Amino acid sequence: MIGQALDRVDGPAKVAGQATYAYEHWDDGQPLYGFVVGATIGTGRITRIDTARAERSPGVHMVMTHHDTPAQGAPDLSIPFEYWRAFPVLSRADVRHYGEPVALVVAATFEQARAAAPLVDIEYAGEAGSYDFAACRHQAYAPDSLIYGMIPTDTAVGDFDAGFDTAPVRIDERYTTPYEFSQPMEPHACLVEPHGEDLIVHVSSQIVDAARASIASTLQIDPERIHIVTPYVGGGFGSKLRIHHETILAAFAARALNRPVKVALTRQQIFHLTGVRPTSSQRVRLGAERDGRLVAIAHEVTMHTNRHEEYIEPTATTTRSLYAAPHRLTRHRLVPLDLPRGEDVRAPGEAPGLLAVESAMDELAYALEMDPVELRIRNEPELDPERGVPFSDRHLVECLRDGARRFGWESRPAQAASLREGRWMVGYGMAAAIRGHLQAPTKVAVRLQADGTAVVRSDMTDIGTGTYTILTQVAADGLGLPPDRVRVELGRSEFPVSMGSGGSWGATNSCTALHRACEALREKLLATASNDARSALHGLDPAGAAFVDGGVRIGGASETLSEIVARNHPDGVEAEGETLAMTDDPNYQDYALHSYGAHFAEVGVDADTAEIRLRRMLGVFSVGRVLNAKTARSQLIGGMIWGVGAALEEEGAVDPRSGAFVNRDLAQYLVPVHADISEVDAVVLDGFDDKANVLGAKGVGELGICGAGAAVANAVFNATGVRVRDFPITLEKVLPGLPPMDD
Amino acid sequence: MRSFTYERATDARGAVAAVSRPGAKFISGGTNLLDLMKLEVERPSHLVDISRLPLTDIEELPDGGLRIGAQATNSDTAADARVRTHYPVLTQALVAGASGQLRNKASVGGNLLQRTRCPYFYDTAAGCNKRDPGSGCSAIGGFNRIHAILGVSDACIATHPSDMAVAMTVLEAQVELLDADGSARRVAVTDFHRLPGDTPHIETVLRPGEMITGVVLPPPPPGRQIYRKVRDRASYEFALVSVAVIVATDRGTISSARAAFGGVAHKPWRSVEAEAALTGHPAAMATYRAAAEAAMRDAVGRGHNDFKIELARRTLCRTLAQAAQATEAG
Amino acid sequence: MSEADAGTTWAASSGVAGGTSTAVEPRRDEALPVLAITLNVNGRERRLEVDTRTSLLDTLREHLRLSGTKKGCDHGQCGACTVLVNGRRIYSCLTLAVMHEDDEIVTIEGMGEPGDLHPVQAAFVECDGFQCGYCTPGQICSAVGMLAEMDAGWPSHATADVSSPPIALSDEEIRERMSGNICRCAAYPNIVAAIRVVSEGRPG
Repeated sequence: MIGQALDRVDGPAKVAGQATYAYEHWDDGQPLYGFVVGATIGTGRITRIDTARAERSPGVHMVMTHHDTPAQGAPDLSIPFEYWRAFPVLSRADVRHYGEPVALVVAATFEQARAAAPLVDIEYAGEAGSYDFAACRHQAYAPDSLIYGMIPTDTAVGDFDAGFDTAPVRIDERYTTPYEFSQPMEPHACLVEPHGEDLIVHVSSQIVDAARASIASTLQIDPERIHIVTPYVGGGFGSKLRIHHETILAAFAARALNRPVKVALTRQQIFHLTGVRPTSSQRVRLGAERDGRLVAIAHEVTMHTNRHEEYIEPTATTTRSLYAAPHRLTRHRLVPLDLPRGEDVRAPGEAPGLLAVESAMDELAYALEMDPVELRIRNEPELDPERGVPFSDRHLVECLRDGARRFGWESRPAQAASLREGRWMVGYGMAAAIRGHLQAPTKVAVRLQADGTAVVRSDMTDIGTGTYTILTQVAADGLGLPPDRVRVELGRSEFPVSMGSGGSWGATNSCTALHRACEALREKLLATASNDARSALHGLDPAGAAFVDGGVRIGGASETLSEIVARNHPDGVEAEGETLAMTDDPNYQDYALHSYGAHFAEVGVDADTAEIRLRRMLGVFSVGRVLNAKTARSQLIGGMIWGVGAALEEEGAVDPRSGAFVNRDLAQYLVPVHADISEVDAVVLDGFDDKANVLGAKGVGELGICGAGAAVANAVFNATGVRVRDFPITLEKVLPGLPPMDD
Repeated sequence: MRSFTYERATDARGAVAAVSRPGAKFISGGTNLLDLMKLEVERPSHLVDISRLPLTDIEELPDGGLRIGAQATNSDTAADARVRTHYPVLTQALVAGASGQLRNKASVGGNLLQRTRCPYFYDTAAGCNKRDPGSGCSAIGGFNRIHAILGVSDACIATHPSDMAVAMTVLEAQVELLDADGSARRVAVTDFHRLPGDTPHIETVLRPGEMITGVVLPPPPPGRQIYRKVRDRASYEFALVSVAVIVATDRGTISSARAAFGGVAHKPWRSVEAEAALTGHPAAMATYRAAAEAAMRDAVGRGHNDFKIELARRTLCRTLAQAAQATEAG
Repeated sequence: MSEADAGTTWAASSGVAGGTSTAVEPRRDEALPVLAITLNVNGRERRLEVDTRTSLLDTLREHLRLSGTKKGCDHGQCGACTVLVNGRRIYSCLTLAVMHEDDEIVTIEGMGEPGDLHPVQAAFVECDGFQCGYCTPGQICSAVGMLAEMDAGWPSHATADVSSPPIALSDEEIRERMSGNICRCAAYPNIVAAIRVVSEGRPG
């Protein structure tokens, strides 16, 4: 059952429009509508704010500004993960970035709230802000550490300078990556229903426990009073790891008015208020022998951070594990700007980092006149090159070889700009993929009911990843039930606590915990049956028991689960399973745990206009054991397409005069559409990583994007001979390098 | 969005009468007007719904031309067999624009009247002479990758976003107008949109209360028609640059040529300079290059959009070459 | 209610809110343009009073509580709000409810339901044509509308020669015609597969 391509169990509800998202509940009657008013300056402070006109606007129930928010908790910096910390809103007259909320209007209808929002009369004293990353790069500083103290900012092995200087072939290039945004299709939304002291919070969130903790500490109330409900989440990609302004503002308004209130950010607001992937400038230096063996690797990253709230993408961290080389250096530096805060965007760090490093590897392959696949194989390390520990289960070379074979890599034009098909210049590119496999404490409960059905519960979320489906499979496998006798309930804070969906750890955290819960429940059931004189299994040795087809068999004797449960536990019987933190799992000390892949892309570049179109793309991945072949492939394909967007389209444009993201809608911030995506496929190698967890599985949600953009970028070079190092590769960057037009 | 009253017009005369009250505006497909009203870029106090006026027919004219009712949707116009056969450049331009859903709603009249997609025009916190005369142009010195390179002024560098209108320009279409007093007139589509000058908020020659009732296409000129749109995404994006051409050749010489650009100016940009450089000259790349040079002679970039000049040249050259090749072959 | 009354405020229950927020008695303006309309949604007549400003999308979601139609951008830039009006797919965010009297509106709720799914819905499940599910109702309504457009012989930007029908439903045609529906999970290859399954399974 585990690994099978079971259709999504939540599929029928989703395709029928019956899956209800945060904004779509009427349990407590008709909610009021909140509309956020954002600052129209980038830096400065509010000198006057007059709500009278807005309050007089028809249907308005309340206008809230920094003058009348209740007391709020401050973020507790000792809490390791930012998402659990308080998130004060409308808490000061200062404006720290463009679009920062300065008021909330609450009205009877959405139309009334939206109409009243511009009537809030605000005067600002603007101040000079820093918005231009390139101009401020000299202000870079070294942060204390990456990811909450878990990872060092800089690493050095050997003597990089000496190694690099003596290398016969050297690449020394700088790559830049732009501001990018998660932009899930469901806007960030929250509906809060007050019930006395309690708040029912329907919020689009990736981590229920973090949402609860953040709301409670901001509102300074008991977390037990907060009841999160989020059975369906319309995409997150990092931007819903924490709750944002909409949630706190809805909670304030609901409490003040003692009415249900809902607030959704507009698509335009999402660009300024839900986190941004930092822009980066990355210097990559590769020194190699003439046979391709690397002697020196340096990856130095400078990125922006909001001046007041430090955020660091661990951009160079995968470089620490990817290729062998005796002399190594990685660095992360931050440039403080008055732009919106950085937050995690799908594959934070790895995605922009691999764009740079895997482009540089391609440049090295051309410098060496070597096949880029072969260059990577030649630099396969025996041990993790910086930590010196073995890899748990590394199959990068198999991914490279298998991908090259399936893709038909041998027909790649070895010379750049040498293959023409009509007006198309055609090129092939490839890149390696690597991403750390993470683990975090998670609890899942499974309950067998008297009717023989199982109910799985966790506050885990399904943000489109397939959690409902894979938990169904693990429970069916663990209890010997057909999948239609398993019901999975997620996304409620009353359920056992998980670490939610993020970091590609949700599937393995929750499935491992459920697997253990099923083990514990089997033991309970066997003990019950064995001690029950009325059971056919009475007194038999449970060691030989098999759970199949909704029953238990020991030797020739068998009994259905429903009989055992109905007789002994008419209200059902339950067990809980748990996954440990990485810090409590010795495998994370003893091994380097990653998932791997290889991307292959073919692009066409219009020889006249430099329009770049993807022609086909293949990824081959090693992720340990696959939990559901269908949903895993979908996630990997989705990630690869994000890579296509990062390579060719996505870029937030800052106006350096105001600090605003100018292109803040989906007509101007371009993400791939159907027509951009031709044949894309993902293949997963059979595998089992016994160091990862008892199921042998690793995360897939972010691996697909890792390296994908570089494969596309390298294909553009192969097609045109033009190397663009400033992402995205838009046509104006290629155009000057195109051949003159001929007849 | 500000509050407004709403009425549905049942006939054209009634519609122009109804829109004469202050603050009134026509709404047809609504795909651009409502977009702008939500952001309070447009703030009508009264909407006159003309989407159900009996102006949806596409009919043949005695002279061999075609009249397209202003309320015909972009979809119906693109799919019309006569348009596809005799005016393929118009179908090509229509289906290159927007998305299936938008084309099903957008009307031909509304398409002509759509506003620029300049992000500063859309942002009521930014200065914009088009939205708020006298408030300055934020695109000059700002992020201006999609902006105009021809016919610009210091007051405005916005582009007209329509694909359809570019095709209509090379087809020498006439826009049929009905005035509030009941009088009708026709304006060449080339003259319908204005350059920004000092008054970028005045985008067309429409008089207050005047309504577009239809577009008249003269009989199709000889030659091959091609619309070529260049953009970052493969679909669902406005043009960075587009080109509409109609080229006829006679034994290797260009006997007639029309060329217009989209995405480069405040209006669909017909290039008489390019046409002059083509007609009577050999159908060869050297001629196309000369035409492209002539077309872009006065082009000015503002930084991010500098690339449009070379892109427009190259797109024109290739499209002319394709059209000439096809007309020779066929 | 007079203008003066409109400004009347009353203190919020600070015991609950712990702050000083004020609430105002909402003003009921007689002049506020509200129209009584009848909409035909999924074959049912629905009478309601709407603020003229209400988009068809918000009417469906907030007034009729048919929340299967999704709001992704509210500006015609994503496709999540796609519904069929008189058989044609449109963005319900960029049209007003008051403009749709006498029109036949079909939303995802009118397509089918679990246990009795429309063939396009079933194909989306089979081919995994979605992940988070938020753009999905719009994709499905768009696909149904798009297939009707194919049947009517409409050309697209992917059509090599718009002058010479008929047009075969190639993958390239599907992709171009579905490009008005963004899927950020990027289920595109699977959506195309689902539409192909349906189109190949249909008679004629």
